[in-house]
Amino acid sequence: MALLEVKDLGVEFGAFRAVDNVSLHVDAGEVLGIVGESGSGKSVTALALMGLIEEPGRVHAQHLRFDGRDLLAMPLKERRALLGKDIAMIFQDPMASLNPCFTVEFQLVETLRIHEGGSRKALRARALELLQQVEIPDAERRLSAYPHQLSGGMSQRVMVAMAIACNPRLLIADEPTTALDVTIQAQMLALLLRLQRERGMALVLITHDLGVVAEIAQRVLVMYAGQVVETSRVPDIFEAPRHPYTEALLSALPEHNIGQRRLRSMSGMVPGAFDRPSGCLLSPRCAYVQPRCRDERPALDGDVGMQARCFYPLAQVSA
Amino acid sequence: MSDRNNAAVVLESQALAKHYAVSTGFLKPKALARALDGVSFTMQAGRTLAVVGESGCGKSTLARQLTMIESPTSGALLVAGADVTHADAARRKQLRQQVQMVFQNPFASLNPRKKIGHALEEPLTINTGLDKAARGEKARAMMARVGLRPEHYERYPHMFSGGQRQRIAIARALMLQPKIVVLDEPVSALDVSIQAQVLNLLMDLQEETQVAYLFISHNLAVVELIADEVLVMYLGKVVERAPKKLLFATPRHPYTQALLASTPRIDARARQQRQVLSGELPSPLAPPSGCAFHKRCPHAVAKCSVETPVLEDLGGGQHVACLRVHELG
Repeated sequence: MALLEVKDLGVEFGAFRAVDNVSLHVDAGEVLGIVGESGSGKSVTALALMGLIEEPGRVHAQHLRFDGRDLLAMPLKERRALLGKDIAMIFQDPMASLNPCFTVEFQLVETLRIHEGGSRKALRARALELLQQVEIPDAERRLSAYPHQLSGGMSQRVMVAMAIACNPRLLIADEPTTALDVTIQAQMLALLLRLQRERGMALVLITHDLGVVAEIAQRVLVMYAGQVVETSRVPDIFEAPRHPYTEALLSALPEHNIGQRRLRSMSGMVPGAFDRPSGCLLSPRCAYVQPRCRDERPALDGDVGMQARCFYPLAQVSA
Repeated sequence: MSDRNNAAVVLESQALAKHYAVSTGFLKPKALARALDGVSFTMQAGRTLAVVGESGCGKSTLARQLTMIESPTSGALLVAGADVTHADAARRKQLRQQVQMVFQNPFASLNPRKKIGHALEEPLTINTGLDKAARGEKARAMMARVGLRPEHYERYPHMFSGGQRQRIAIARALMLQPKIVVLDEPVSALDVSIQAQVLNLLMDLQEETQVAYLFISHNLAVVELIADEVLVMYLGKVVERAPKKLLFATPRHPYTQALLASTPRIDARARQQRQVLSGELPSPLAPPSGCAFHKRCPHAVAKCSVETPVLEDLGGGQHVACLRVHELG
């Protein structure tokens, strides 16, 4: 049984559908990548899972099951006990995620005290142990440091330490390495993967960087304008994408255009709140558009595990 | 590639250095941060020099010297043959027109209260004697060249997406027909599909105008596509300088190798043995002795912490600052 099972999740802000009927599942110990450009709804999906969408946003779903229990149906108190403990999240900007007024120790211990409790001494020892697990050098001294005394990479390590403090079974990482330099990004990805393997934790990695997904995820969900347009396995999706958007994203990468005079680029941009087309959301930009695409919206179709939201999915052999 | 030697040199930097005095506390002596420490290179018309390195390596300090926002502590900077470092204010104002800049964040680099037309005409208003009609005509012509529609002239920045704003910023930088444009991470704030459009535009414009780009980026995939020559910086110094093909085929400095290996790749065959560098960039206030990279270098030996390596010509235009470059092969 899937650890997390989301069926028809929708998030609306007024008339704007930020997330449109997203269904996904994550198995225990699995790494799922969610990719998409800004405005594709990938972060809002994660925030909805964590119960962090505030008024006037509205979240609805057929079910939002974690370990067999529906997060939306359970009492708020139960849900709060689960979030931060069994499901944890780390955010993109580590500098903005830590409270600048408190020390690292205070913030780490706060999480532990709420979910686990224990004596001050025991909590401090546990906090120290966590910092060592995320490979922070000179951990003892860092406990009393304030966030402004830490570099971006260190702050993100502290965020990871907080997220894994209560041994979560699912960790959602929203662009965990985007704000970091490439050598630090490599360290951070190695750390996340090590923790994920050691703990058998499921990891949902939200990113716009297809290279990161290719290297660490087992399955991928591609989102466009609030919808899932393709879901597939790694590396299949990179070798034979089925949705034209996935294909266009891949061929626009500088990595795939070395030696060419110009990059193959997709015209136009992601539709905003008020200019969504009536047919397939990609139709104004799609290279393979047909008359039907402009009038009707395609559904997510295909075999389990390899679906594309397209009337005319690309042949399996193309690349 | 054949025109490498005969293309006109538009900018020359000779041992350029910029040191900042940093306060360490009340009544304490000031510390010296060597943000830029002896950087030399030349730029040629119609070619792109990429500067690569992590935050704090001096990329942006270099950009500030080139655009004459600051004056270097030592060294010389020649723009179109004229020495900038010893020029008087009037001459500097003139030379500044030759070097324009495009910033990383198009949401912060455009004045939200000014219409696009105004933003594009401002460089002309300040630096030329053109009348209003002539300025408007030039601005509209430039808008067409960067792919903006005529009706955008009367709009405000908030009405544009990130990609379009970056087009506006590029148009503004080109208004005075500069010889050099400094591009500071021009596409890192953009989505993949928009990034491709903007990179194509930059390449088209370079072909048309023969402008030279100084392309600052941390994204090696983008650099591999757009650059002619690459400068790899670490803690204010150049550790490797090479033509693009050589640098990506045979990186010789351990730091360049680590940067390349750290870049996530989609193609599993292109992926290199992941060799995660330990540690972070040291503080420029207290750089390590000897080779600044030795504390993170997998190949460091005793002499690396004592001797400071200098750039050495390895042939083919490849220059590397590493004491063990010959041993490591």
